[in-house]
Amino acid sequence: MSTQTKAIISWIVTFIVMLIITMPGLWVILSGFRPLQEILAKPAIWIPQRLTLDNFYAIFGIGETQIAIPVLAYFRNSIIIATTSTAIAIIVGISGGYAFARYRFKFKDTLFLGLMLSRTVPGIALSLPVFIVWARLGWIDTQFGLILVYVALNVPFTIWLIDGFFRQIPKELAEAAEVDGCTRWQAFWKIEFPLAKSGIASAGIFAFLTSWNEFALASNLTRSTNSKTLPVGLTDFIAQFTTDWAGMCAMAFIIIVPALILTFLVQKHLIAGLTFGGVKG
Amino acid sequence: MTEVSLSQVVKRYGQLEVVHAIDLEIRHSEFVVLVGPSGCGKSTTLRMIAGLEEISGGTIKIGDKVVNKLAPRDRNISMVFQNYALYPHMTVRDNLGFGLKIAKHPESEIQNRVEEAAEILGLGMLMDRLPAALSGGQRQRVAMGRAIVRNPDVFLFDEPLSNLDAKLRVQMRTEIKKLHKRVNNTIVYVTHDQVEAMTLADRIVIMRDGHIEQVGTPLEVFDHPVNTFVASFIGSPPMNQLEGKVVDGGKSGLQITLADNILIPVPKRSKNRVSVGQDITVGIRPDDLTPVGHGMKEDGETVSFDLTVSISEPLGTETILFSSIGAKEVQGKMLNPRPIELDERLTFNLAMDRVHLFDAASGQNVLGDANG
Ligand SMILES: Nc1ncnc2c1ncn2[C@@H]1O[C@H](COP(=O)(O)OP(=O)(O)OP(=O)(O)O)[C@@H](O)[C@H]1O
Ligand SMILES: [Mg+2]
Repeated sequence: MSTQTKAIISWIVTFIVMLIITMPGLWVILSGFRPLQEILAKPAIWIPQRLTLDNFYAIFGIGETQIAIPVLAYFRNSIIIATTSTAIAIIVGISGGYAFARYRFKFKDTLFLGLMLSRTVPGIALSLPVFIVWARLGWIDTQFGLILVYVALNVPFTIWLIDGFFRQIPKELAEAAEVDGCTRWQAFWKIEFPLAKSGIASAGIFAFLTSWNEFALASNLTRSTNSKTLPVGLTDFIAQFTTDWAGMCAMAFIIIVPALILTFLVQKHLIAGLTFGGVKG
Repeated sequence: MTEVSLSQVVKRYGQLEVVHAIDLEIRHSEFVVLVGPSGCGKSTTLRMIAGLEEISGGTIKIGDKVVNKLAPRDRNISMVFQNYALYPHMTVRDNLGFGLKIAKHPESEIQNRVEEAAEILGLGMLMDRLPAALSGGQRQRVAMGRAIVRNPDVFLFDEPLSNLDAKLRVQMRTEIKKLHKRVNNTIVYVTHDQVEAMTLADRIVIMRDGHIEQVGTPLEVFDHPVNTFVASFIGSPPMNQLEGKVVDGGKSGLQITLADNILIPVPKRSKNRVSVGQDITVGIRPDDLTPVGHGMKEDGETVSFDLTVSISEPLGTETILFSSIGAKEVQGKMLNPRPIELDERLTFNLAMDRVHLFDAASGQNVLGDANG
């Protein structure tokens, strides 16, 4: 009986904690489906009276209430910038992580430390210098400019994470493959890469989420539909005297969904512990 | 015909030289075992033959091809690693067939050869499992299977049995020997277990600190160790080594004094190789120090003296007797054993024709290595 009580209590505690953690997110999503009057009503209406898709219609310019926000352009920019910068960060991360894990070279430790230290500088502290340099180079308000910034932001992290995964793979596996007839390159692709896949996927999802959600740098470096990303686009709802909270929440929902879907898709890689049954336990 | 030949092979890591200009000729279909204490350079030597480690000097030939610069894949070798190095993401079947697949053999041939290897090693039931779902012994078999499937010129084994428990080790040892009989390829096998070396090898290579100390058949290195290191390394229980001095015994010729006033004659065969006053290490195998009436053969020249037995370890067909001469512990053997009482005093026979004499300063066998 007492174990059952314990189980019930732990469930209740878990539920409360989860509620606290997820409340803001849930409230944002919920608000995306409620009319503005209801969101702003005083006293607050806790239980939604009416759910509607009007906010979404408005954002996309369907129906009577027009909010001329180029969501599609922002969405496109976000997708291009986040996926491209993630892909580059992953490629650099794999090569760098592998090199750090497997090879010896001069200044290896210094270089690694340098990479890690670069993570200690808050991105926002760099926004002004980056802005000045980018302005000189004509990269302000370009997708390329933002991609470059995000690659720089993510690479130290992807290298560090992927290095750790390659380190866990005994180097005898690649050696066995070489003896079995593989070139160095084949040994990497057929043996080491598949084994580090979950690490690479983790690094990828983190890099993607960082780029997808980043606001501070993007708001400095973008101007127009050329390069504005979804998080920056959110500020379009803030006019001089009013803020369209309902529209903003609807758009926040649009930002969250792809990130959620992606996380679900790769989550089995994120939790999959590598089983190194190939070597003695 | 696949000989492996190393000449003046050197390995350096930066400034540190770990293998010093070794020479070794391995004959076709020979089973050669590299043995030596930890860190003596066995694995390094094996890995240089495999091409996994660059050589810093000298020449390695496999067959009549110099392979110094060849990648492992071009040497037609296969290797079994100490930790087996099975590919964790592939089933046993795929592990076995991996090499053949890389070499682009036709699917049906791969299947046949994999089945054949599985048959030899008794892997039939396990073919669709991942390595994580195998026991240590099974993994070991798969690793061997992966090596034999490709039917290479040379097999390289790096302590393949060291992760198995004692019983399985003995069993696999026999299987490896059978396997060699069957496939007859050249094998280079690394171990630090001298029993494994003795039982498996056609020839044993004993290494120390990056040097080769002695090469020979198991019986050669057992009966004629070139120095005290080899003598103490080969044989179990290990050879007793006692400090002595050569003295002139007048009428009875040259003699050696040991602690506890034990006097033994210098065997005739080494009369001319020692001089009066020389410090000598006398090597006595436990098998050659036996209580009177409990020895193997008692026809040769023997010397007798009394020793107090402090500990006895009955093993069934024989009993190991621990005693001491001076401060040094010595072990003897009792065949057809009878129960021994605590601190019993026994008369021992020392088989003089099998005593080894080493120069105490250099550790070298004064008998040389060719004659006994
Ligand atoms: N990468 C390396 N850098 C520097 N020294 C090394 C390196 N690899 C091995 N060594 C040294 O080379 C020597 C020989 O090593 P090796 O692995 O060949 O020994 P081993 O005889 O196989 O020993 P064990 O029985 O413990 O496996 C050791 O002293 C070791 O410290
Ligand atoms: Mg070793």
